[in-house]
Amino acid sequence: MNRTHVTCMINDDETEFLCDNDESLLDALRDEVGLTGAKEGCGTGDCGACSIILNGQLICACLAFAPEANGGTIETVEGMADGDRLHPLQTSFLEEASLQCGVCTPGFLMAAKALLENNPDPTETEVRYAIAGNLCRCTGYDKIVRAVLGAAAQMRKNPIEGARP
Amino acid sequence: MKAVGQNIPHDSAVGHVTGEALYVDDLPPTQGEVLVDAIASPIAHGKLLGNNFDELRELPGIVGLYTVSDLPGHNRFGVIIPDECFLPEDVVEYVGQPIAVVAAENRRALRKAKQLAKLEIEELPPVFTIEEAIAARQFIGPTRTIQCGDFEAAWNEAEHRLEGVFHCNGQEQFYLESQAALVWPNEEGQILIHSSTQNPTEIQQVVAEALGLNFHDVISVCKRMGGGFGGKETQAAIPAVMAALVVRHTGRSARVAYTKDDDMRSTGKRHPFKIFYKAAFTAEGRITGVEFDLYSNGGAAADLSTSIMERALLHSDNAYHLPNACFRGTVCKTNLPPNTAFRGFGGPQGMANIENVVQEIAITLGRDAYEIRRLNCYDHGLRNTTPYGQVVQHHILPEILDRLEETSNYQERLQEIETFNRTSATELRGLALTPVKFGISFTTRFLNQGNALVNLYKDGTVQVSTGGTEMGQGLNTKIRQVVADELGIGYEQVRVMITSTEKNNNASPTAASAGTDLNGMAAANACRAIRERLAEFAAQHLSDAENGCAAESSCIHFGDGRVWDERRPNASIAFAELVKLAYLERISLGERGFYRTPGVDFNRDTGQGHPFFYYTTGAAVSEVRLDRFTGHLTLERADLLMDIGESINPGIDLGQTIGGFIQGVGWVTNEELRYSNKGDLLSYSPTTYKIPNIQDIPDTFRVDYLQNPNHQVNVRRSKAIGEPPLMLCLSVWMAVKHALSCVKPGAIPKLRLPATGEKILRCLTELDGSTSRTEEEIPLIAPSPLTTEPEPKRAAA
Ligand code: FES
Ligand code: FES
Repeated sequence: MNRTHVTCMINDDETEFLCDNDESLLDALRDEVGLTGAKEGCGTGDCGACSIILNGQLICACLAFAPEANGGTIETVEGMADGDRLHPLQTSFLEEASLQCGVCTPGFLMAAKALLENNPDPTETEVRYAIAGNLCRCTGYDKIVRAVLGAAAQMRKNPIEGARP
Repeated sequence: MKAVGQNIPHDSAVGHVTGEALYVDDLPPTQGEVLVDAIASPIAHGKLLGNNFDELRELPGIVGLYTVSDLPGHNRFGVIIPDECFLPEDVVEYVGQPIAVVAAENRRALRKAKQLAKLEIEELPPVFTIEEAIAARQFIGPTRTIQCGDFEAAWNEAEHRLEGVFHCNGQEQFYLESQAALVWPNEEGQILIHSSTQNPTEIQQVVAEALGLNFHDVISVCKRMGGGFGGKETQAAIPAVMAALVVRHTGRSARVAYTKDDDMRSTGKRHPFKIFYKAAFTAEGRITGVEFDLYSNGGAAADLSTSIMERALLHSDNAYHLPNACFRGTVCKTNLPPNTAFRGFGGPQGMANIENVVQEIAITLGRDAYEIRRLNCYDHGLRNTTPYGQVVQHHILPEILDRLEETSNYQERLQEIETFNRTSATELRGLALTPVKFGISFTTRFLNQGNALVNLYKDGTVQVSTGGTEMGQGLNTKIRQVVADELGIGYEQVRVMITSTEKNNNASPTAASAGTDLNGMAAANACRAIRERLAEFAAQHLSDAENGCAAESSCIHFGDGRVWDERRPNASIAFAELVKLAYLERISLGERGFYRTPGVDFNRDTGQGHPFFYYTTGAAVSEVRLDRFTGHLTLERADLLMDIGESINPGIDLGQTIGGFIQGVGWVTNEELRYSNKGDLLSYSPTTYKIPNIQDIPDTFRVDYLQNPNHQVNVRRSKAIGEPPLMLCLSVWMAVKHALSCVKPGAIPKLRLPATGEKILRCLTELDGSTSRTEEEIPLIAPSPLTTEPEPKRAAA
């Protein structure tokens, strides 16, 4: 069967891969590109563990076809830190102990990043709304909300260089 | 600075936030790896009729297809009763049971094979519910009894009596990482298994037995799990055997990773229970006697069901003194996937029942339920012996209740809520304060042991390995903290290594909340042995005999990365330096530590003994709001208060407390398992099975801990925290029951657990006196279609 050739930017790196036409973008990222940060929690768009940002939009990678990424820009959890310097959201998750088993963490980080890029000063309700599509079975969410609010405050004080306004 | 007691982030936290932390299915493929899946039974109970898979074997991309005849070793397994088959011989016993193992080059081929598989199965009459199993007298193991005093006499003399039936449904573990295993061939027929398991030792054993190998031919490792919650205590075995079988036949490495849908449909869950209860009590509300007959739905095989029933019986008192009690427990065999461990392990069901009884006593007497709870709560000195004979000691249960009553403003809120309920036509509110007393230790005595390996390197850094597994609960972080303090070095100097049967043999599952207790103590014991040797050497090195300071190892101290003699503190030496010198002096820098919990013992036959090392206790107040027209439930506020001893890591323990509570809230409210009348799970994905999401968290959420100076045992005087907070969720269900009991004072609302909106609405309609179809008329599982006169049928799927 013919494989499709896809070229896209992933975490600021120009990347090429071959995939099947009916392969999910999640499988392609994990199996063809070797980026396993996005996880498969459900495979049906219900848990958010596979969340990534495609062309500025938060999506469930398990619901997108890999060829849709052609010519696009992808952000995954692997690209969040700047070298050794963690993104304020990452630091905040560490400080607030907002993770336990960690499988849901990359998805929450992506969802939170997408939120803060559009709304740097969210209310608690807005935070809850923005991450309502992500499931976590371990933490009971409370500390995740704290971490997102904490990171938002931090980022308003010290905006990340080069970040989109 | 001491590491214990600090809020140190989770051991793998950086890996988790950067995506670098790898789970089994994240491990990169090796050359020639094949993908593995099961061809599973679509029939809950049926006879296999000579299935022929030859066509499937010919499909492009298929590497092999294996059935029971391809299993080199034996086919039976089970940790308590070996009654389960890896692959069925002639009968299938639940939907989702693997019938054949298929290996393929890629996912597409696997999917194709599963789609095209034609199974010839003759349907046999299935049994799905507890009621059907009782009627068919299908049980697993004997009925077990725990009793004290004389219930009959208490019943006959009772001022008040109450009897009824309590139902609670099961719960899916819903670990976010589904079951997975990756198996590599090693030299001379040996194999290495990466499994997402709470019990690497069991994986090693079952795989060896299935493949006809010795235990020493199999290494089983687990770096971490993406959640376990009990669901990976025994049930990681089948996927591991599937992959190992393929390795054995192909010589290629093999990977299996269940999809969430397959995982939910084919693996066991928390047990549904049906409990017949009788209670005798005084006009004041003091319980004088209870009789509980517990039945659990064990599914198609024993798995851990008998142990789970044991814990349910041992928690049927929860926090209440019951002078005359008789608890009987029977496990039913049905055609559902074998039910298994889930956080609480039977405790939640046993405790839910007594809490429900107490709530109904209150309704019967027209009193507030908290008054009844406080009145019957275990006391100090007297009224503190459990029905199984263990005395509840060093506890602060009454203090916890009093404190929480006060800090949550319970009495004022209750007044306000009851006034509200009398006037509101659109909404009902409810409030409940319930205690938790959870026994810590495996009730099977021999499991209460742990071992750890501590290796000290010449630069003064340390690697520690234990038989415990990391599933997010923070075990590795706590082990690091304990080891760092034992050796008086920084937390960063210690690493916790992958769990492997090669380093830690014959380990117990990481379960029963005892992971840190057993493995932490074993690691501490190893460190102490090393420290003793180092102290002896340091004593020589730091002595100054000429000035009257002879070598004396008892004067040697370790702390802040240095070692000194208390008589000459200024002449200290860096820990790393001392280690290097000790190496040159040929002093052993490694140790295997061992620990067994002292004193625990329980006699199954008499139902008496001392099964628990100590108890973790707590209480919660929850306030709910119900919509009278839709039955919609909102948890408005929750206040939790626990005694968890001296916390090794407060951040992690807070996470366990909140996470456990919310998981419990799912069980008592929205998580509903629904099956078709053919025994096929209908709610098999998060689309239809609703675990709590962020909108279900109460707006006001307070968590606090109460110091218990009387708790003097266990590693660094901590207490186990994994399971106990889950049962704080009972306050939510009781608050719903409280709200409903305000509709028609004196009438007992017949509410089942979970209290879904639908059930609440039904209850409301019933209480309002309008017609409604009751739960009995629309049961969770419709009666089996084939219980009468089985017509042999062929099913093609
Ligand atoms: S895996 Fe994509 S939403 Fe769950
Ligand atoms: S930390 Fe385990 S699912 Fe969120």
